[in-house]
Amino acid sequence: MARVVVDVMLKPEILDPQGQAVQRALPRLGFEGISDVRQGKRFELEVDGPVDDAALARIHDLAESFLANTVIEDFTVKVEEVAEAAK
Amino acid sequence: MTARIGVVTFPGSLDDRDTQRAIRLAGAEPVALWHKDKDLKQVDAVVLCGGFSYGDYLRAGAIARFSPVMDTLVDQAKAGLPVLGICNGFQILTEAHLLPGAMLGNDHLHFICRDQKLRVENAETAWTSDYTAGQEISIPLKNMDGRYVADAYTLDKLEAEGRVAFRYLTRGEAAEGYGNPNGSLNDIAGITNDAGNVVGLMPHPEHATEPLIGTGRTDGLPFFTSILKKLVTA
Repeated sequence: MARVVVDVMLKPEILDPQGQAVQRALPRLGFEGISDVRQGKRFELEVDGPVDDAALARIHDLAESFLANTVIEDFTVKVEEVAEAAK
Repeated sequence: MTARIGVVTFPGSLDDRDTQRAIRLAGAEPVALWHKDKDLKQVDAVVLCGGFSYGDYLRAGAIARFSPVMDTLVDQAKAGLPVLGICNGFQILTEAHLLPGAMLGNDHLHFICRDQKLRVENAETAWTSDYTAGQEISIPLKNMDGRYVADAYTLDKLEAEGRVAFRYLTRGEAAEGYGNPNGSLNDIAGITNDAGNVVGLMPHPEHATEPLIGTGRTDGLPFFTSILKKLVTA
């Protein structure tokens, strides 16, 4: 079994008030020197069977049509090794 | 025979009954449609109402967009079926790409609920012909994800083609319902597709159809009389 991770982030030009609220809270917590925070979403997909090119292509389509709204968001797809499945 | 206007109920829809009531008040026949049912029951028009379909998980409207009823609705809307999306319905229409752009969380991060002043910018759509262009109206607004965004090209195109249907009125006191309530680009409250049959907006016209409740005005009723007039004269 393998895990595929889809990270979704708002496009750089889209205002992210949630990220801004987090950033503004940092000085109160004693964290200085963080000039910007942007908040995104991470999806971990546990895939049955091999993660070959065909499976990745399907997941890419899924991310593009559903997990992300490409009008406002960018996404990346990457395969993550799961400990017990490691060689 | 009067016009039959469908109202879709998704899990999490809130305003389906109010919308049916508004349709009845305008003189048309409301028809309940179910999200799992591909059948639109041969209605003449459809309203996607407000609420939090599927809990607004993932993004507002993102999961509703893939429900069985939407398969049929998207095809028929492209073929000319009049569709009005109110609040969550507007969000679903952008997710389904029947309308351009997208909806995001209010810029101030709070839920907002108030009577909102709007200007009718386009009185030539299937849903707005009983207004006059430039008319100023007051309609209840209640949402978390009301910030309309689109890229610069899309915004320019919408503006150039007169497809901004409603705009928030910003010159006035916030206590009286003026101001951009959510950070929407160009103060956009609602838009139409190119053909004018698909319209979406964040405020709730169905809550402003009886003088006894809400704003005390019936500024939302023309949505429903506009479509009725269009359908019975068609």
